[in-house]
Amino acid sequence: MSTVSCIECAAEIVLAENTEVGEIIVCPDCGVDLEVTALEPATIQLAPMEQEDWGE
Amino acid sequence: MQPRLKIGVLFSRVRVEEKWIFGAMEKRGIDYDRLDDRAIHFDLNDPGPWQQYDAVLERSISYNSGLYALRLLNAFGVPTVNTAEVAEICGDKLMTSASLARDGIPQPHNATAFTPEAALEAIEAFGYPVVLKPVVGSWGRLLAKINDRDAAEAVLEHKATLGSVQHSVFYIQEYIEKPGRDIRVVVIGENVLTAMYRKSEHWITNTARGGEGELCPITPEIEDLSLRAAKSVGGGVLAVDLVEHPERGLIINEINHTMEFHTMQPLSGIDIAGEIVNYVVSIASKEYVG
Repeated sequence: MSTVSCIECAAEIVLAENTEVGEIIVCPDCGVDLEVTALEPATIQLAPMEQEDWGE
Repeated sequence: MQPRLKIGVLFSRVRVEEKWIFGAMEKRGIDYDRLDDRAIHFDLNDPGPWQQYDAVLERSISYNSGLYALRLLNAFGVPTVNTAEVAEICGDKLMTSASLARDGIPQPHNATAFTPEAALEAIEAFGYPVVLKPVVGSWGRLLAKINDRDAAEAVLEHKATLGSVQHSVFYIQEYIEKPGRDIRVVVIGENVLTAMYRKSEHWITNTARGGEGELCPITPEIEDLSLRAAKSVGGGVLAVDLVEHPERGLIINEINHTMEFHTMQPLSGIDIAGEIVNYVVSIASKEYVG
């Protein structure tokens, strides 16, 4: 099981088994959106801020 | 024997919908590539790398990235779900309205103006309240309910001063006293797959804004209207949003071409991701006859 450290608040976050690269996770401590950028080893970065043309 | 199909999935973020779609691809043993729209580039002199795909499913969060990728792919002769034409219409509320108007499909009373002065005149002719919407935008962003002339003048001035060039197209819509809900209908090809009510105490009922879902029975009227609306914008994999107008009954509010279905799939028990993948495969193998 991979763990990462939140970039914003340093909380330890355990990644779920089926986590995918590109997935957005939310830090359970500070609530910031984080993007999973690699899995072995697991790395994260702050997720991009919502843009004006984002949607469905 | 038909050669093995190759599918591309264009995406920005792996949301739960993309995870389900990837899972459905893998379950069916489909050869597919994940195409992150932040990492790809198109060389217009070398379409070969893109022409390896029998079809590309577009799931970009960014409307601009998705639309231009679709335009290029279609120009390269690559079938896409949805087509660039459909994305162009559905991603722009005014173009959607124009398509629905052309085909006589019921929709809210809309008006468009290109200057704040003309917009104010149109708003006054509607009477208050009215709703101002950006022509491009989603998730209920930047919708403004205008209750009186003071608010109209303020919002129009803000849009003209602070908004991007797209905000200089003023899209004005009647305010509809809907019963605290709207209806989202999933249409894939010629089929209505499922429908749900999106409930909220807020006048914006979008589930991206906290609206809650509840299964909605598919009446013949909902089915007919949704299929006509989907056909009007070019068809494909679409989420058709309907509202219940107090006087006019069911009308089409908008149509989404890269729908989110994280609420609908578990609520309906229908494998929407799997149905999307089946449709993409039918397009890729040229079996789909719309």
